[in-house]
Amino acid sequence: MSRADGTPYAPHTDEETAAMLAAIGVDDEEELFDIPDAVAFDGDFGIEPRTEREIRDECARILNRNDDLTEFLGRGHYGHYVPSVVDHLADRTEFLTSYTQYQPEVSQGFLQALFEYQSMLVELTGLDVANCSMYDAATALGEAATLADRVRSTSGDVVLVPEQLREGKRAVLENYCAGADLTVEEYPMADGTADVDALAERAGEDAVMLYAESPTVRGCIEERLAAIGDLADETDALFTLGSDVVALSVLESPAAVGADVVVGEAGALGLPTAYGMGLGIFACRDDFLRQVPGRLVGASEDANGDRAYTLTLQTREQHIRKERATSNICTNQAWVALRAAIHAATLGPDGLVDLANDCVREAESLAARIDDLSGAAAPVHDRHHFREFAVRVDQPAPAVAEDLEAEGFAVHAVDDHLLQVCVTDLNAGKTDGLVAAFEEVL
Amino acid sequence: MIHDQANYERDGEGVREPLLSEKGEETVDVREDSPLPDDLTREELTLPNPSEPETARHYTRLSQMNWSIDSGPYPLGSCTMKYNPKFTEDVAADPNAAVHPDRSARSAQGILELQYRLQEALADIGGMDAVTLQPPAGAAGELTGILVAKAYHEHHGNDRSEVVIPASAHGTNFATAATAGYDVVELPSGEDGRVDLEALEAAVGDDTAALMLTNPNTVGLFERDITEIAEIVHDAGGLLYYDGANLNALLGRGRPGDMGFDVMHYNVHKTFATPHGGGGPGAGPVGVVDELAPFLPTPRVREADEGSGYERFEPANTIGKVHGFAGNWLVLIKAYAYVARLGDEGLADAAAKAVLNANYLAERLDLDVPFGPFHHEFAATAGDRDAADVAKRMLDFGVHPPTTKWPEMVPEAMLTEPTEIEGQSSLDDLAEAFNLAYADTDEALDSAPNRTAAARIDQVGAARNPRLSWQALEEE
Repeated sequence: MSRADGTPYAPHTDEETAAMLAAIGVDDEEELFDIPDAVAFDGDFGIEPRTEREIRDECARILNRNDDLTEFLGRGHYGHYVPSVVDHLADRTEFLTSYTQYQPEVSQGFLQALFEYQSMLVELTGLDVANCSMYDAATALGEAATLADRVRSTSGDVVLVPEQLREGKRAVLENYCAGADLTVEEYPMADGTADVDALAERAGEDAVMLYAESPTVRGCIEERLAAIGDLADETDALFTLGSDVVALSVLESPAAVGADVVVGEAGALGLPTAYGMGLGIFACRDDFLRQVPGRLVGASEDANGDRAYTLTLQTREQHIRKERATSNICTNQAWVALRAAIHAATLGPDGLVDLANDCVREAESLAARIDDLSGAAAPVHDRHHFREFAVRVDQPAPAVAEDLEAEGFAVHAVDDHLLQVCVTDLNAGKTDGLVAAFEEVL
Repeated sequence: MIHDQANYERDGEGVREPLLSEKGEETVDVREDSPLPDDLTREELTLPNPSEPETARHYTRLSQMNWSIDSGPYPLGSCTMKYNPKFTEDVAADPNAAVHPDRSARSAQGILELQYRLQEALADIGGMDAVTLQPPAGAAGELTGILVAKAYHEHHGNDRSEVVIPASAHGTNFATAATAGYDVVELPSGEDGRVDLEALEAAVGDDTAALMLTNPNTVGLFERDITEIAEIVHDAGGLLYYDGANLNALLGRGRPGDMGFDVMHYNVHKTFATPHGGGGPGAGPVGVVDELAPFLPTPRVREADEGSGYERFEPANTIGKVHGFAGNWLVLIKAYAYVARLGDEGLADAAAKAVLNANYLAERLDLDVPFGPFHHEFAATAGDRDAADVAKRMLDFGVHPPTTKWPEMVPEAMLTEPTEIEGQSSLDDLAEAFNLAYADTDEALDSAPNRTAAARIDQVGAARNPRLSWQALEEE
C-alpha cells in the first residue's frame, strides 16, 4: 500500500516502509498484527475517502441545512461576541495541538495560562481555589454533590436543588448522585428565585448540599443568597452556588454570601454558541483543597530558583488514586479555559463589567417592550434580570414559538403559556425585529 | 522552544514571561455605574487590563514555551498524540456549526444530519449497533458506558455490585466504576502481560456487572483470548466494556463488536486526530449493541419518517444525560472530517503504520522491551535507571519523552507510542534520544533538563505548599 491509497498523514514512502519492515525482520505489515482470524475484520465500512476540499464543501452544504434564525435562546448556554484576537491566539498550534502538561519543563506556556485562568476565577468567586476546568456547568454541579458527600459529616444523603432547575442539568446531577447514593430533592421557588422560607423548613440534617443559582434559570438575580448561606451553615450543608463568569463580574461575591463552592459556566467568554459545548467552573474554599475534582496548576520553582508552574496535587486524580480518586475526570476543557482567559484579558475588568451591565439593561429594556404588546406580559417575575426573562403569552406558548421561528426568531417555550427570551450583545441589534415579530404572531 | 529573548524576565539563570497580573491590574468600582441595587452587587473587581498588543505578545510568548505535536514527536504511550489535520479546524469553524443547542430539530437539520452521519460511521468502525455523541471526553464516555450497563442490569432485575478491571488498565476505568457506584475487583496480569483466564474465572461471578478491557492492552499486546474472555464474562451474566484508548491499532483490522464487546467508548483525539488542546476538549462517543441501545443518553438522533430529515428522540429506558447539552460538538465535527478524509483504506493504513512504527522503534532501542509482539505501543524498561530522569534528559535532545513509570507491570516503564504520523527518520531521531539519555551519566540525568524554558521543576514542593493563583503568590 502506498501513500496514495493510505492515510495522507503517515509520511512513509514505500522504500521506507520496506526498510523498516526489514529492520524488524518481517515481510509485510500484516505479519505484525496479532489478531486471531476469528475476530479479524476484513470487510469495509463503505467510507469513501474524500479530499479536503470535498469534505469542506460537504460539511458546509450539510450545515447550511440549518435554518438561518436569529437566536434569543439562553437557559444556561450563552453566546457573546468573541473578539478576533481570541481565535488567533488560542489557535496557535503550540496551544491547540499540545497534550496534558505531564512534562512541565516544556509546557510552561499552557501551565501559566491555566494558572492565570484559575486566578481570574479566584477573583470572580472570592473563593480560595479554582480548578482549571470541568466539562460544563452540569457536570461541575454533579462533582460538587459528590464533593459534598465526601466532606460533610451529616448523616444525610439529600442534595437540595431549586424546582426550576434546567432539566438537562438536573439529569446530569441525578447520574452523579446515583453513584454516590445521594438523592436529589427540590425546594420551591417563589417568583423566579428561591423560596428561602420554604427552604428553611425543608433544610435539615438530611441535606448534604444546598444548591442555588444566580441568575436563576428564569434569568432572575437571586436576592437572598446570604440567607441561603446562613441556612447552609446552620444545617452543616455545603452551599453550592451556580453562576457564570459574566454575571460574577458584577453580582455580589459568592464568598461574601457564604458560598462554599461555585460551579457554572465560563464558556460564555471565549466560546461561540457551539451547540452546547461548555466550560465548567469549579471553585471552592481552601478546606476542600484535597477533595477538589479535576486538575490544578500550582506555582513552584525550577532548579535555577525561577518560578515555574506544574500540575499539582495529582494524588487526588484517577491516574494515581484509581478508584479512590476524587473524580474520574481526566481530559478537561483546558483549551476552552485558555480561550476564556484570553477573552477576559481582552475585555479587562472595565469591559467585563460593561458587558455584564448591558446584560441587565438590555434584558430589562426588551422585556418592557414586549410587555407593551397586547397578549404578552414580561418580565413574568418581579425581579432584576440578567440576559433573559420569562414572557407570559395568552396563546399557547409552543405555537407562538413556532410562529416566531417562521418569522426567523428562535425563543424557548418553557411551558403552556410561558416563553423565555435571552438577549446578549450578539442579538441586541435584532430586538426591533423580534418585537415586530411578536406583534405579528400574538 | 525559545530560550533567550530580551523581553523575558530573568530571576535566576532562566527566563520567564511575567503573569498578566504582574504587568498591571485595574480595580473597577462596580457599583458606580450599575443598573442593579448595591445589595446585589460586589463593590469592586480587580483583574489585569492589558492592551490588545500586550495580550497578543503575552499569549504568543506562552505558546512558544509549549511543546505540541506540531513542534515534534509526542510519543506519550496510551495518550496517543497524532498530527491534527489543519483543514478540520476550518470545517468546524463554520458558523452554522455553532448554533444554540435548544433550537428546534426542524431548524437544526444540518447539525442533526452531521451527527447522524458520524454516529453511523462510528458504529461501523466499532462494530456497534447504536452510538451516542454526548459524552464530552473519554472518561465521560466510560462513565456513560458503565451507567448504561448498570441501567441494563437494573432493568433486568440483576443485582450486581462489581466491575472487574485488569491491574494494568487506565486509572480512569477504576475511578469511573467507583463514580457509578460499583466496587472494583482488580484482575492481576498474567505472566505474558495479558489477561490470565484462570484469574478471570476466579474474579467474575454473580456480582459482576462488567469487565472493562483495553485491547490491545496498555503494553500494546492484543488479548488473543478475547473470544474466551467474552465467553467467561457473558456466562457469568456480565457485560464486556471496551476502553477505546487503543482503538488506533485496530482501525479497519478488528472491531470490538466482533470480539464480543457490548459497550465501548471512542477517544476522538486519540483515534481520530482531533486536537487535545493541552488537556481538552475531548469527546467520548459511546457505542453499544442493540440490547443496550434503549439505555443510551437522551436525546439521540435518527432519520425521520418518509425522508423528512432527522429528528431527536428519547431512548425508551434512557439513563438521562451525562452532559448539560450535547457534548463537545465542535470536536466531533473534526472527527467526522478526519474519518471522511481517510476512508476505509486510510483507516486501515493508519493502523498498519502505527503498528509498524511501534515495532520499528522498539527494535531500535537499547532499552529492554519485555513482552511482545506489539501493536501500536510498547513499554520499554529503563531497568536500573530512573525512567523519569531518562525522560527529563530526552527533553534536552529535542524530543518529548514517553509516558513514564506506568503501567506498573513493567518496572521503570517508558510507555511509548509513536503513532503512524512519524516517518523513519523521525523514529531514528527518537531512538537516538532514547539511547543517548539512557546511557548518559547519573549527573547528566539528575540535572536534566538544561535546554528548556524551565529547568527541573520542584513538583514535590508544589504539592507541599500549594500556590494555585496569583493571589496566593501575592500573599507571600
